Amino acid sequence: MLTRREALFGAAIGAAAVATLPAFSATVTKAEIRGLARERIKLVAPPFVHAHDQIAKGGPKIFEFTMTVEEKPMVIDADGTQLNAMTYNGSIPGPLMVVHQDDYVELTLVNPDTNSLAHNIDFHAATGALGGGGLTLINPGEQVTLRFKATRTGTFVYHCAPGGAMIPWHVVSGMNGAIMVLPRDGLRNDKGKPVKYDKIFYIGESDFYIPRDEKGNYKTYESAGDGYDDIVKVMRGLIPTHVVFNGKVGSLTGDNAMKAKVGETVLIVHSQANRDTRPHLIGGHGDYVWEQGKFANPPAKDLETWFIRGGSAGSALYTFLQPGVYAYVNHNLIEAVELGATAHFMVEGEWNDDLMTQVEAPKPIATN
Amino acid sequence: MSPYILKFVAVAMAATSVPVGLSIKAASWHRPPHAVAVTTTLLSGSITYPIPGEFLKDGHPQANPRLKRQLDQPLEIMTYQVSAEDYADCVAEGSCQPAQETHTIPVSAPVTGVSYLDANAYARWYSQATGDQWRLPSDEEWAFAAAERFAGEFEGVENDARNPARRWLTSYKAEVDLNRKPDPLPKSRGSFGVNSLGLADFSGNVWEWTSTCYVRTTLAANGGSVASSVDNCGVHVLEGLHRAYMSNFVSDGRSGGCAVGTPPDNLGFRLVRASPGWANKVLAHLGVI
Repeated sequence: MLTRREALFGAAIGAAAVATLPAFSATVTKAEIRGLARERIKLVAPPFVHAHDQIAKGGPKIFEFTMTVEEKPMVIDADGTQLNAMTYNGSIPGPLMVVHQDDYVELTLVNPDTNSLAHNIDFHAATGALGGGGLTLINPGEQVTLRFKATRTGTFVYHCAPGGAMIPWHVVSGMNGAIMVLPRDGLRNDKGKPVKYDKIFYIGESDFYIPRDEKGNYKTYESAGDGYDDIVKVMRGLIPTHVVFNGKVGSLTGDNAMKAKVGETVLIVHSQANRDTRPHLIGGHGDYVWEQGKFANPPAKDLETWFIRGGSAGSALYTFLQPGVYAYVNHNLIEAVELGATAHFMVEGEWNDDLMTQVEAPKPIATN
Repeated sequence: MSPYILKFVAVAMAATSVPVGLSIKAASWHRPPHAVAVTTTLLSGSITYPIPGEFLKDGHPQANPRLKRQLDQPLEIMTYQVSAEDYADCVAEGSCQPAQETHTIPVSAPVTGVSYLDANAYARWYSQATGDQWRLPSDEEWAFAAAERFAGEFEGVENDARNPARRWLTSYKAEVDLNRKPDPLPKSRGSFGVNSLGLADFSGNVWEWTSTCYVRTTLAANGGSVASSVDNCGVHVLEGLHRAYMSNFVSDGRSGGCAVGTPPDNLGFRLVRASPGWANKVLAHLGVI
C-alpha cells in the first residue's frame, strides 16, 4: 500500500524508500533492536541544532540522547523579570532533536535531586503511553530511559505533562521543545524534488504568565512552588504577560541575531507548545512551508505568514535573496513588539536591484 | 505615603472587594485566646495496611505491599479537622497564608484550600499558641485513626509486565466504577459522622495532609526486600476517600496529578499532639501505659 506521500510523489520514490527498509515495515523483535547500530548525540542549545545528516546513511539506528531537567530562575526580559523556570537541559525551549524516520529515539531523562518537582516527557512524535509521559514520570533523584520508534516524519513538540494542573504550569514554565524526524531520503518540495538546507535554526516560542503585585510590578518568588497559586490565576486569564522566542525578550536579536548569507537556504523550525502563533519573515517569505510540520504532506509554497497551532511545530524553508536585517516575528504585532516575539536575521551579500530599488530618494512633494 | 494611609487603603479595599470569607477573620480578631482543639486519644495498637508510595520490581509497577505497623505510643489526635475559624486566627496573626478557598463556606466548616506548607505553618503557630507540640499525623497514624474509614490505594489494578496499558485501563475503570460525583462544597464539621473510634469526618469531602513523603521503592527480585528507594519530600501523602499524592505547595485538590482516582474535592488537615501531654499523664497514672 502506498503512503499518502508516496502517492503524491509518485510510485518510483515510494518503491525506492520501501526497498531500503524491508525489515522495518512491520514490528521489529527485541533481538533485531539489540542488533541495531547506536549513535550518541550531544544536544546543543537553541537556536542551534546538533550536527545531523539530511539524508540518512544506512539503515535505521538507535539514537541515544540525554536530557537533564533544570529548575532555575531565569530572566525573561530587559527589566529583569524573573521566571521560576523548569527546563530540559537548561534552555527554553529544550534542544531540537533530529533523527530519521524508522530510527529509534532512546532518551535518558535525568531529574537531579537538587530539583524540587517531579517531571516527565510527552513526545508528540511517539505512539502510546501519553506520548511516553506515562512511562517517564521521575522524582528528584531519579532518571528514566524511554525508547520510541520515530514512525512519522515531521517536526513535533515534546513537553512535560506530569498530570492535572501541573501540565500547563510546567509547559508555560519552559518545559517544551521539539524533535524533527526527517524522511530517510531528505526533504522534498511540493513537486517531489529534493531540497536541502544550508543552515537550520530552531525557534521555540513561549507564552509566560508572570503575576504582578498591587503596584503592577512583576513579582518574584523564591521557588516555583511559591509562585504556583498566583501564576495559575494569571494563566486562567489566558493573556500572557510575555510572548517570547527562546526564553527571553531579545534572545535572538543584537549579538544573538541569527546569521545567513544571500543565496543560503535556511530551515526555520518553529514550535509553540501551548498557544497559536503566526510567524512572518519581514521582507522575505516562506519558499516552502510545512505549516503543520509534517513532511508527508507537500509543503505550501510562497507563504507570507504561516500558522503554527498551539501544541505543534512547523518549519519554513527560505533562500535569502537580499542582504539586510530581517525581523522574524509573530505577526500578531502586539505580541511581536510589546510582548517580545521578535527575532532578527543578519544577512550579508550583494543587493539585487532587480528585486527592489529606490527609484527616487525622499524629497519634498512635487508641486507641478 | 504614610503608614496610616497605607493601612486605610488596605482596609477600604478589603471592605469593598472581599466577600463573606472575611467575616470569619473579622470575627476572629475579637475572639478570646485560642481555644484548645477537642482531641481523642487512641491507645497503642497495630495496623496492617498498604504502605504508601509507588513500588517497582523488574521495572514494573507492583501493588503496594501490605505491612503490619505497630504504634507503640498512644495517639492523641484532633477529633475534627482544623476549622476555617481556627485557621483564620493564624492568618490574622500573620503566621499563616490565607486559605485558597473560593466557595462561601459555613463558619464551622473545616479549613480547605490549604497546602502541606500551610498545614505546617498552622502546626507551628498552634504549637506556640497552646504551648504544646502539634504536628501532622504520619500516614500510618492517619490510617490507624481512620480505622474502618481508611481506604488507601485502589484495589483491582492489573499489573501486566508485558502490557503496561492494562494498568492504566483498569485503574481508569476502577475510578469510573466508583461513580463518585465531585462534592466540592465544604460542610460544617461533623457532617460526615464519626467512626468506630469516635473521630469525626474521616473520608468525607476533605482529604487530609500527612507528614509522610512520597517514596518510590524498587523491590529486590525476590520481592521480600528493598533494592533501592528514592524519597520525594516535595510531594506528601494525602488520605481520604482514596489515597493521593500532591506537591507541597498545592492547595487545590483538582490539581491531582499524582493521584489515581477522582481528584480530591478539598485539601485540609488535622493535627496530633506530639509530646506526651496531659492525656498520657492520666493514662500513665491509671497504669494503662
